[in-house]
Amino acid sequence: MSTRVTINGKPHTLQSDPSTPLLYVLRGELALNGAKFGCGMGQCGACTVILDGKPVFSCVTPLSALGGRSLRTVEGLGTPDKPGRLQAAFLKHQAAQCGYCIAGMIARAQALLEQHRHPSEEQIRAWMEPNLCRCGTHYRILAAIREVAQEGLA
Amino acid sequence: MKLRTIGIAAAFSATAAAAVLGGLYAWTRPAPIAMSAGAPAAPDPAILAAGARVVALGDCMVCHSTAQGAAYAGGLPLRTPFGTIYSTNITPDPETGIGRWTLPAFRRALREGVARDGHLLYPAFPYVHYTRMSERDIELAYQYLMSRTPIRVEQPPNDLLFPLNFRPVLAFWNLLYLRPGDASIPARQETPLERGRYLVDTLGHCASCHSGLSLTGGERSPPFHGGNIDGWDVPALTGLTQGAAPWRHEQLVAYLRGGLAPGHGAAKGPMRPVTERLADVPREDVEAIATYLLSIQQPGAAGTAPAPLAAPAQASLRSTSPGAQLFAAACAGCHAEAAPMMRLAGRPGLAASSALQGDSPTNFIQTVQQGIPWAHGSPVYMPPFADVLDDGQIAALAAWIRTDVAGKPAWRDVAAASAKLRKENAR
Repeated sequence: MSTRVTINGKPHTLQSDPSTPLLYVLRGELALNGAKFGCGMGQCGACTVILDGKPVFSCVTPLSALGGRSLRTVEGLGTPDKPGRLQAAFLKHQAAQCGYCIAGMIARAQALLEQHRHPSEEQIRAWMEPNLCRCGTHYRILAAIREVAQEGLA
Repeated sequence: MKLRTIGIAAAFSATAAAAVLGGLYAWTRPAPIAMSAGAPAAPDPAILAAGARVVALGDCMVCHSTAQGAAYAGGLPLRTPFGTIYSTNITPDPETGIGRWTLPAFRRALREGVARDGHLLYPAFPYVHYTRMSERDIELAYQYLMSRTPIRVEQPPNDLLFPLNFRPVLAFWNLLYLRPGDASIPARQETPLERGRYLVDTLGHCASCHSGLSLTGGERSPPFHGGNIDGWDVPALTGLTQGAAPWRHEQLVAYLRGGLAPGHGAAKGPMRPVTERLADVPREDVEAIATYLLSIQQPGAAGTAPAPLAAPAQASLRSTSPGAQLFAAACAGCHAEAAPMMRLAGRPGLAASSALQGDSPTNFIQTVQQGIPWAHGSPVYMPPFADVLDDGQIAALAAWIRTDVAGKPAWRDVAAASAKLRKENAR
């Protein structure tokens, strides 16, 4: 049984078992390795992707829930040569230490900035709360998001 | 929705009464109580600690704060069948809070539902319960609240249906429902049962949610037969020892303190913040609450043994039904029989959860959509699935989980109920 999903703007027909969590499909079947396995229980946010414009934990998102929906991952936001606006800000502020949480952080922040062009500091902090960083680079992560929040994504 | 329609009808029929009462009120309106000259002196730490206990048991913070706002600064919208009321600022700010309230003004608010300046307070503020507080507890609560950080914030005006936006009609309501307490109420309760009764009926005002509202906005009588609040079903408190998962004393204590009660679901929805406060009070108080609650149980119908719980989800996880597939990816990581979390203190007790055992799918839908947010010091958490699963998928999940995991007949019209709750939650 296959599942049709639009991922980063391109239609895909996925062959994984429909009862597989999306994270394993992204990493296993599609080799989109940006989203990371952290806890597998929707607690840490390392696996965050953007589903129909909303940030979701891909580790607890069933493939069978995705039929016909639109999905974006950190890979869809830019390339190493041409990073997206938010990715460039994360680079500029050197927001990654070990980097494990960063793909999820960028995905969650992207969804915020698409909904609210200029979110307040409180909005940014409340929105980013579900995603954890064990290195403690929160201030750099916040600085990167804040910069884009002031100027706007596009 | 039906309640709202009836509420409107009741509101119109009350209009005539309001006109008469308005005149009456003009000369019976309670007098203002003079403002205090300044903030009272800071009390000693023992008084503060005792006051913190009273305020936690009275659940003041649960309504008088919002998730983003400062503690006790108010602003929480309370959606009633009669419109929306915003909780008030009870920090000691002199302009927007209760900074100029004296102890007598504070006492009158709790005992009679009258603000310092003489206007009548809405009974969303549970003065019909607080009225029976002891003098000592009223003073402790006052001392504690007056020692909080003053926050200057004006909360939005209430948005109530006419004629309820005309406060004098409350004089009529008070005649029906208010039985004022006085200084004769003992400061100490002698037994755990009496302490529990005081904590449940007076300070904790459990009936405010667990009794449901009558057409005139009073609590239904007899109390504790359950209701609905903020889009969640509120269970009856009189059938705790019945059903598939009867409660025992120590389970109730663990649940009420925000923890895990083996064999039961965790506190969620509007009950969640209540348990966060109860986690901070001495254990003996929560023990007393459990003792009293277990004393008000109705006997089950003769000869009805609790229905045994269905076999665990394990057996049917291989099912290819849409619900089983969704469960395998979204839920099994924590809720499958073999999941590591299930090995820790037997949690989470999915099959026995009242959200799955209940006659309506409301609390199941709400739990799936909203999850159970992190709370400081609590081991209980569930991520929200509102943006992961659509209403049809929530219905498919419900169809499988309710029959195969909880062993109960399927609920009906779950997708429509999910869509409705989703809309209300987004407000």
